[in-house]
Amino acid sequence: MQKNILEYLENSVTLYPDKVAYTDEITKLNFKDVYMRARSIASFISTDLYKEPIVVFMGKSPETITAFYGVVYSGNYYVPIDEEMPHHRIELIFESLKPKAVICNKEKADVLKDFSYNGKVILYEDIINEPIDDEKLNDIRRKQIDIDPIYIVFTSGSTGTPKGVVACHRSVIDYIEALSDVLDINEKTVFGNQTPLYVDACLKELIPTLKYAATTYLIPKELFMFPLQLVDYLNKNKINTICWVVSALTMISSFGTLEKEIPKYLELIAFGSEVFPIKQFNLWRNALPNAKFINLYGPTEATGMSTYYKVDREFELDEMIPIGKAFNNTEILLLNDENKLAELGEEGEICIRGTSLTLGYYNDFVRTNEVFVQNPLNDKFPELIYKTGDIGRYNEYGDLMFVSRKDNQIKHMGHRIELGEIESAANMVPGIKTAACVFNDKKKKIVLYYVGECTLVDVSLFLKTKLPRFMIPNKIKCLENMPLTSNGKIDRVQLKQQLL
Amino acid sequence: MDIIIDILSDLHPEVDFEKCNSLIDDKILDSFDIVSLVADLTDEFDIAIPVEEIIPKNFNSAAAINEMVKRLEDE
Repeated sequence: MQKNILEYLENSVTLYPDKVAYTDEITKLNFKDVYMRARSIASFISTDLYKEPIVVFMGKSPETITAFYGVVYSGNYYVPIDEEMPHHRIELIFESLKPKAVICNKEKADVLKDFSYNGKVILYEDIINEPIDDEKLNDIRRKQIDIDPIYIVFTSGSTGTPKGVVACHRSVIDYIEALSDVLDINEKTVFGNQTPLYVDACLKELIPTLKYAATTYLIPKELFMFPLQLVDYLNKNKINTICWVVSALTMISSFGTLEKEIPKYLELIAFGSEVFPIKQFNLWRNALPNAKFINLYGPTEATGMSTYYKVDREFELDEMIPIGKAFNNTEILLLNDENKLAELGEEGEICIRGTSLTLGYYNDFVRTNEVFVQNPLNDKFPELIYKTGDIGRYNEYGDLMFVSRKDNQIKHMGHRIELGEIESAANMVPGIKTAACVFNDKKKKIVLYYVGECTLVDVSLFLKTKLPRFMIPNKIKCLENMPLTSNGKIDRVQLKQQLL
Repeated sequence: MDIIIDILSDLHPEVDFEKCNSLIDDKILDSFDIVSLVADLTDEFDIAIPVEEIIPKNFNSAAAINEMVKRLEDE
């Protein structure tokens, strides 16, 4: 019985030791490199740390991935952070975790000095040749069970404090087995990874690569600004499988790139996190008529993706691509206001039941218990479901459709964002009296309105120190007065109308 | 040129776009900015920006963007 994700690696390293596992074109690490480095790193860390969160601060590179696995081999769990996260957010993460160690490379070690963190700093370069202590690592493996954590990733929280989602071996194995079946991954798969390594989305490439001895290219972020260069990159490296956010795909199609050059090796295009406008989708489908297109849906709290839809028919321009059906070994419960199963066509909250549920939010039982709750359809024994806060309904084909959010959470450039977190940062700007954030669904822009004695420049500069890049409002506007509803709340409906 | 500076300032009010000539090299503009910028330029100047033009050197400064727009307007 498999109980640890590293068993995937151990299997692949026996079969294909010299095959490239992860590369960014500069560094190429084969399965043997990944295995040896991870075990060296683990041998070093495990001398004094066990069952602790260990921060990995290294940027997007194949080396970073070996640090992740090194932490897992040591019986600890990794927490990826990145310079793209603003100073304030990283401080909040340190505060919540109180980590005993940070692994970083030489470059990031300098950046780390600017933070209030004063625990142990482990330099990646110093530990990758550490002698491997097989006996100790085997001993750790024997003691570990499949509900031990692997990682914590942080997502936006409406109060301004990010939430750390803790995932375990069991949930990741369950997710990866189901996902790989749907995507039909095998040893010939060449992934082109788009998402950063500090979000759970990158598991889609990282773990199936281990399981099937596939290869993952980590595509440099800068290429996602320049569509022709990006397509060149895909073709040069014969990339055949991509799991990207919709905005990365539409960036290519909307500029007319596909008329000039086709990413001709692509066989599978999985997408998600946002609605795919059908006009753009059709450009892709016409350019690659033999490729498979799969819509994926799922929250970080259920490890990754929970449902899928293989596109098998034409869609009208005003239609939406369904989020489809639950993965194998996952059940979707669509619960209406009375906590009963919604009828066909009726709207309800999408709730998830299954082994893929993560362990909850780190150091935060209150917020965990709000959304990981007893299944209301079962009053006989303990059984958790995760309430996503997403509203859905089934269409006439029995496929699940995403309808809307219950709250102020949005999806922007593939990231999950609480508008409340932006507002709470904006309200900290000296001179701001009140601030409100709305999302322009049509133009896909985050717009911040504020009232106060400060300039747009002040607000913009301040927000850049508090929020990740993708959460910075795309437009900031100063108002004389904030529109209010009759009971004195900020009138977001009116603010949204002002956008038009 | 003023219109281009205005469009850019809307995206990043704190940047001095008159002077900065490393908008791409210093990662001041990101992927969202490019998409949004191309849409605004297309509307504002009534031009079509072909994908061959969406390359780093055409977006590194307001002047470079201006040059590209002028060239496309003439076509």
